[in-house]
Amino acid sequence: MKRSLLPWLVVAGVLLLLFPLVAEKFYLQLVTKIMILSIFALSLDLLVGYTGLVSLGHAAYFGIAAYTYALAAPSADPANVWLTLPLALAASAAAALLIGALVVRTSGVYFIMVTLAFAQMAYYFFHDTRVAGGSDGIYVNTRPDAIVPGLDLADDLHFYYFVFAALAIVFALLAVILRSPFGRALQGIKANEHRMRTLGFATLRYKLAAFVLAGTIAGLAGYLAAAKEGYVNPEMMAWHQSGAVLMMLILGGMGTLVGAVLGAFSYVLLQEWFSALTKHWQLLMGGFIVAAVLLLPQGLVGLPRLLLRRRGLRSVQPNDD
Amino acid sequence: MTDRRQFMQQAGALASAAAIGGLSPSIARAQTAKLRVGMMLPYTGTYAALGTAITQGFKLAVEETGGNLGGRALEYFTVDDESEPSKATDNANKLVQRDKVDLLLGTVHSGVVMAMVKVARDNGTLLIIPNAGANAATGGQCAPNIFRTSFSNWQPAHPMGKVMYDRGHRKVVTLTWKYGAGEESIESFKEAFTKLGGSIAKEMYLPFPNVEFQPFITEIASLKPDAVFVFFAGGGAVKLTRDYAAAGLKDKIPLYGTGFLTDGTLEAQGASAQGLLTTLHYGDGIENAKNKQFRYNYGKKYGVQADVYAVQGYDAALLLHGGLNAVKGSFGDKKALYGALEKVKIDSPRGPWTMSKAHNPIQDIYLRKVDGNANQVIGVAWKALEDPARGCKMTAA
Amino acid sequence: MEWLIQILNSVQYGLLLFLVASGLTLIFGIMGVINLAHGSFYMIGAYLAFTLSSLTGSLWLALPLGIALSAALGLVLEWALISRLYRRNHLYQVLLTFGLILIFEELRSIIVGDDVHSVAIPAVLAASLPLTETLSYPVYRLFISAVCLALAGLMYVTIQKTRFGMMIRAAASNPEMATSLGLDIRWIHALVFAAGVALAAFAGMIAAPVSSVFPGMGNQVLIVCFVIVVIGGIGSLKGALIAALLIGFADTFGKVLLPEVASIAVYLLMAVVLLFRPLGLFGRA
Repeated sequence: MKRSLLPWLVVAGVLLLLFPLVAEKFYLQLVTKIMILSIFALSLDLLVGYTGLVSLGHAAYFGIAAYTYALAAPSADPANVWLTLPLALAASAAAALLIGALVVRTSGVYFIMVTLAFAQMAYYFFHDTRVAGGSDGIYVNTRPDAIVPGLDLADDLHFYYFVFAALAIVFALLAVILRSPFGRALQGIKANEHRMRTLGFATLRYKLAAFVLAGTIAGLAGYLAAAKEGYVNPEMMAWHQSGAVLMMLILGGMGTLVGAVLGAFSYVLLQEWFSALTKHWQLLMGGFIVAAVLLLPQGLVGLPRLLLRRRGLRSVQPNDD
Repeated sequence: MTDRRQFMQQAGALASAAAIGGLSPSIARAQTAKLRVGMMLPYTGTYAALGTAITQGFKLAVEETGGNLGGRALEYFTVDDESEPSKATDNANKLVQRDKVDLLLGTVHSGVVMAMVKVARDNGTLLIIPNAGANAATGGQCAPNIFRTSFSNWQPAHPMGKVMYDRGHRKVVTLTWKYGAGEESIESFKEAFTKLGGSIAKEMYLPFPNVEFQPFITEIASLKPDAVFVFFAGGGAVKLTRDYAAAGLKDKIPLYGTGFLTDGTLEAQGASAQGLLTTLHYGDGIENAKNKQFRYNYGKKYGVQADVYAVQGYDAALLLHGGLNAVKGSFGDKKALYGALEKVKIDSPRGPWTMSKAHNPIQDIYLRKVDGNANQVIGVAWKALEDPARGCKMTAA
Repeated sequence: MEWLIQILNSVQYGLLLFLVASGLTLIFGIMGVINLAHGSFYMIGAYLAFTLSSLTGSLWLALPLGIALSAALGLVLEWALISRLYRRNHLYQVLLTFGLILIFEELRSIIVGDDVHSVAIPAVLAASLPLTETLSYPVYRLFISAVCLALAGLMYVTIQKTRFGMMIRAAASNPEMATSLGLDIRWIHALVFAAGVALAAFAGMIAAPVSSVFPGMGNQVLIVCFVIVVIGGIGSLKGALIAALLIGFADTFGKVLLPEVASIAVYLLMAVVLLFRPLGLFGRA
């Protein structure tokens, strides 16, 4: 499967690299935002698409990293990216470890609910206390300082490439991990956890590891989002955000890395398009989500196969639920 | 082999065409004579009515000055900010960077407006705030290109301290939501009330937007203060006054609040709000010619009653009109324009007012009493009240 | 005396929460369906109470009409959308119902607008009982509590003691076996979903006079309901009742004693319960 996708990946990568040459500032920032969300979607794909753990609270780790950055950043000067980024990642990882330890013991419907509930806890912690500005959030006046000469993150163009690099690294990292024995074990757990256990795998530990890894990568996305906007607020961890990233996965196609990125692009561009059409765009979005769930079980990535199957040109593929 | 190369070429060509064609619409935008006005307001959600009122007030003023402001025709760009602080920066950037507006007008919610303040400061765009009262916008974050035609959270609450003291109350309890607008209102009230010699027995907060008030109402009843001062708005305000009345406290421990407690929601509040005293920079039945004319015109054009939000939008247009007139309609010399805007004397339906050095209105605060479905003005609680603009670097003259 | 009244507040709030959460736990427990749109049904109930009582002039008339309308809505939704998801991963239920939330919110905005409304308390219940020299307690709140208790009792009797209840329990514990024994699972699912929707809407209608009707009211309620089901255990009405009361106490006394921590108190409670009982207080595997 990977082989036939490789040329597409290269094309996409080249397009993204060249995009700033033709794009206006506003669109540059938009695609930067989409790339950050792609990282977020990829992290969740690891959990949902490959390990089979449907988390409805993934935005918590996104938000925790964002807040860590905002709280660690000095009030006047730019923060050091090489200090604050690892700090933010550590915070997300720690949160994922803590919550994960409590949560991986459950499964199915229960898992969904408890992940949601814990994310809400984080949300209310930041929303209702004055630890970090409450519901109003906090502002960080400058982008982080990259220290490396020649790299100025305050410049939107440099920031774009910085995020691109992060996305490429995460993508490659996940591709490698998923082919490793660890990655294979995760996929085995998704297929049939019982069987994995009878084969001698300590599935709880694998699930926890996947949870923490996913949380950390989500933290990377959260850090970049906070750095880009210069503003953090509790809505970054609201369950709507968790729902949106799940939607991106479904839209693009779960269980494929390309699907996650494709989903992020499609979701945001769709939202932009709908908002331009009508002020009641959420109605269109909701309708679209319902339609996508019912009609596109494999997401956009599965669309070619779906269309070909309709035309009878491909043999019927089994449903992989 | 050849297939793959062919494929790459075709894909590359297709993709670049799509990118150039679809994603970068503008090259150089030709300079037109129309002034680009970017309106970023809530048109959906809880504050939709306020966003609409502000827009309508603004457009009414434009109509009255002949369809233009300061001689310049207007082109509107609108974004619905949904009162969502998390999307605020993106939304503001849409107007400033994508639509390249000359001025930004908005918004209702204080969390959203702080994002607009940041974008305005970073990009040097003129920002006129027709509602959001965050103290910082004309305080710690004040800037030459940021103006407000509404109020600061400090303003409506401050006179209530004096009003309540003058009515003989000495021991008071406060209750509000734990967020910017609530805290800033209580702070301001506390400042005035304690300075005169009153004391606050307890400051109570509940998380925003929680509306389970029963535990607090029970607490108030057991503390038995002389009076209670609150800040609430919208659905929360309705629930509070109704719960308060249902608990039988309305006649025993008088309830006071800023005007937001009773503005726009009186019909829903009904009997539980009757007789409530509030302070605000506007009220129904202000006896001046301008207000009568304004309310009549607004009612005729839109079929609904004007309110404080409509006035604030109206004044924003008046401000711009006055400023542009002074610089002959030119947006070129920003410094001259800002200087002109500072000096405009607004002949507003709320009464005439002027800009403070921090770019916030210096205005009268009225004392109002709920009578039927109206907030009747019964007096002036404080004349020409100026926000102290704490932290503003522009006032250190 | 004040503590007694706060206890009364806790119980009353807890019972109301139970009423709202009961529909969610029913749908969850019996059909295994996650319904994120539960808060929307609560909101729909409240708005129905507002529009129907404005039209008919009486909340008493509005109630049965509203229940009938919302049950019908539930049947339609189940037939058109939910039934297609039974065999699929829970993820799809989550997303579909998430999409429904957006749709209902916008439809509400388009049809009824965004203003705040209030619903009049029926005259016969509009009095307040004096409890202390300063404080009175609204009779209507006591009425709501009574209704919640009655409903809890009714649900218990229906599910445990009637033939219909037996069918529902059979369908919940082993759908395949139940089908092979001749039960029409499709109908049971449809009825249970409709009942869940009607319960949520009923809660919204009955609470409308005290909570008032405003945009966003559904969202606030949804998360609390989820926490109740997590703490109480999926599918357990008894668990939901106890969890709701616990939350009522945590919230009320939290606000009075430890306001900073009040809202997180509920989640801390949940975390503690999960530490010792991963499936909730009365949950079954």
